[in-house]
Amino acid sequence: MPDHYDIAVVGAGPAGGNATLAAAQSGARVILIDEQPKAGGQVWRSKSASILSSPATPEGVAGDTLRASLADGSITHLPNTRVWDIRRQDDVWSLQVLQDETATQITARALILATGAREYVQPVRGWTTPGVIGLAGATALFKQSLTLPGNKTVVSGTGPLVFYVASEIRRLGGTVAAVVTPNTRADWARAMPAMIGQPKLMARGAIWITDLMLAKVPILWGHAISEVSGADRVTGVQTHRLRDNTLGPSYSADSLCLGHGLIPNIEAAQMLGVAIRHDPTLGGWVADADPDGATTVKDLYLCGDGCGIRGAAAAGLQGILAGTRAANDIAGKPTTASTRKWMRAARFGKAMTALSIPKPKLEALTTNDTILCRCESMTCSDISAEIDRGATSTTSVKSGQRAGMGPCGGKYCQTAIAALIAQQTGKPLADVPPPAPRPPLRPVPLGQVAGDFDYDDLPIPKPAPL
Amino acid sequence: MSETTTYDIAIIGGGIMGCATALRVAEGGMSAIVLDQGDLGQGASGVNAGTLSLQIKRVKLMPYALKGHHLWEQMGEAVGFAKTGGYTLAFNAREAQMLQERQTLKAQAGAPISFVSNVQLSAAEPNLTQKVEAASFCPEDGYANSSLTGQYYRGRLRDAHIPYREGCKVTAIERTTGFALTTPDGTIHAKRILLAAGAWLKPLAALLDVDLPVNARVNTVSVTERMAPLMGSVIGHATGLLTMKQKANGTVLIGGGWQGLGTPQNGRGTVDAQTVRPNLALAQYAVPALAQARVTRSWTGFEANVPDFYPLAGALPGVADADVLGCVRGGYTIGPYIAQLMGDYILGREPELPLFNPGRDFEKDIT
Repeated sequence: MPDHYDIAVVGAGPAGGNATLAAAQSGARVILIDEQPKAGGQVWRSKSASILSSPATPEGVAGDTLRASLADGSITHLPNTRVWDIRRQDDVWSLQVLQDETATQITARALILATGAREYVQPVRGWTTPGVIGLAGATALFKQSLTLPGNKTVVSGTGPLVFYVASEIRRLGGTVAAVVTPNTRADWARAMPAMIGQPKLMARGAIWITDLMLAKVPILWGHAISEVSGADRVTGVQTHRLRDNTLGPSYSADSLCLGHGLIPNIEAAQMLGVAIRHDPTLGGWVADADPDGATTVKDLYLCGDGCGIRGAAAAGLQGILAGTRAANDIAGKPTTASTRKWMRAARFGKAMTALSIPKPKLEALTTNDTILCRCESMTCSDISAEIDRGATSTTSVKSGQRAGMGPCGGKYCQTAIAALIAQQTGKPLADVPPPAPRPPLRPVPLGQVAGDFDYDDLPIPKPAPL
Repeated sequence: MSETTTYDIAIIGGGIMGCATALRVAEGGMSAIVLDQGDLGQGASGVNAGTLSLQIKRVKLMPYALKGHHLWEQMGEAVGFAKTGGYTLAFNAREAQMLQERQTLKAQAGAPISFVSNVQLSAAEPNLTQKVEAASFCPEDGYANSSLTGQYYRGRLRDAHIPYREGCKVTAIERTTGFALTTPDGTIHAKRILLAAGAWLKPLAALLDVDLPVNARVNTVSVTERMAPLMGSVIGHATGLLTMKQKANGTVLIGGGWQGLGTPQNGRGTVDAQTVRPNLALAQYAVPALAQARVTRSWTGFEANVPDFYPLAGALPGVADADVLGCVRGGYTIGPYIAQLMGDYILGREPELPLFNPGRDFEKDIT
């Protein structure tokens, strides 16, 4: 494997996969680097070998098409590979990667980041109990191995995902105790105009809801989970009616799928100097990029959910735009692609994002004794007290309370912490940015980074003055 | 927007030295304000590895380090102080000789350093490598939790009713009857000023047309996830290029001054994989079980220095009523103490130990 390429693409979801294909078609030598064993990302995740014969899904088909195209031989695809640091040196990007427990370096003239999104869960009492998984996390279980979250599951959260997950659980033979969504029917009515442009996606949504209604699964609109009970395992959930802040029904269940929308993974872009801005309609803090992926940083392009949650369809289209642009820039050719299709898909995606954004009333369900930072077991009142003592930035809270210094690096807790700072200090959320991201972008085993070495070969500099 | 208050002193830089000086001069009756371009204690004071080791202090600064060490012990739990003792290791004959020479001089300067046998060493630290050629021990060594610096001094300033401003970068300094400082919070007036901005001293002094020969080292620190107990004391290397300790929470903090990239003027520094790797390799060589530990975060901090690597502590050359404090090698350990000396000097008292003239000839050896 040569270690220098025209373009390196990080992330093999709809955006990164398509960016790779588009750039390769434009004549660039491309390497696609991804953490997963197969390309497809979260949405187009591939089936594991044990479920290959299971029925096809639209996401599976789209993923298979991508995987087949990537396998045509002109593209280098590095699966199971973790990028832990990226630097610009001597006008090329150098990526530190760990593949199969071995550290190597890859260099490329241009870099396309398609780092996707992660799930937000508004913390409530008991949300760290085993048996609680993310809504998006649940879809990964279905797609890869047809695994169910439990025997009897409550599915709760915002946006369309809650209905997809509930319907998939039923399709795979599980029991859905209830669907609990903070959205109201009026929220959905408001999203209708944007949805009409994507009739296929709208029809799928209608099928999910019809299935749940026919099966007489309770659907609680305008409700949220306020507490999860169970010690070693979920035993039940308490719901809360948001409109008048009263208790709703409770359900016994052994599992809960819980999610409140997606957050762009901006850390790599932010670390490389791309400006970030707060835009709730795109999922919170987003890295700034043009529709064709170009950024203010030379030879760095972004596409997909990492620069704003616009959904898989828009991500795939932006991948094509970004891959083409990057390849043209390298070849010194102008790019004249139309962004119209992307904008139409993005309109639908943004409507879904709007539905998925946690509502302010949800924040009130995060009680003082709720764990906010699960890596370090810090409660809401621990963080709140630190803010009262004068820590008015996420960095100060991290320094004083370690929230963000655990294995997740703040990916789980920073959104809730920023909201708490804003609430307690009166600052707008846009003035409470996340802490500066630092390498490693993912936790890496020390021995693998250090690699094999002879002591005498370590480049130990001359000692400090006596 | 302009304030009507004229402070006796405005201290620019809210790290250990700025905050501790503010506390000292306020005790002496002066009205002080602390201004920081970011948050308090987020520069070198808050991102260094927190090592409080006499074994890695400069010989001539040892009296200051001994006093500073004592102050950290007094601050105690609020700053995560732990006196664990520390071992400094040599892995080959050349390093062993260096260790012998250096630690002998440091012991003569007052640090209670002794040499220990491999048997004593492995009894105390069974997870250390067997490949140690020589080792020294200092029972006074330990660490504090540098990330608590901001929290600690914020509380101390509040208790002392000393105002501080975060996110308050001084962009111009005008000499009037005293000083008028232009900031995002408006103009702040003070009769005198102290520049205590660490690695940002050079651009700050330039606002007064003073050229301080301040350079910045870009020191790298890494931390692992929580681990089962691996070491009980602070572990160092004969060259000073490794410092390592396991915190009470199980995380292992690895430093040693390996150089990252970037300059203070261009914002935060960045880690360089080419230097992180040997830094981690050296740590793993000392404690082989670290190979299994996952590194969760590596970062850099700017350590200011001048060409002779001794402090700047005294009058800013050519500007009346302006002082400067910074560039202290081992500044985390020494900072709280040298700030007291600086405060005494500003209050017109005779400091207990001599300060370091910022107007000296940096090419000559300090006597």
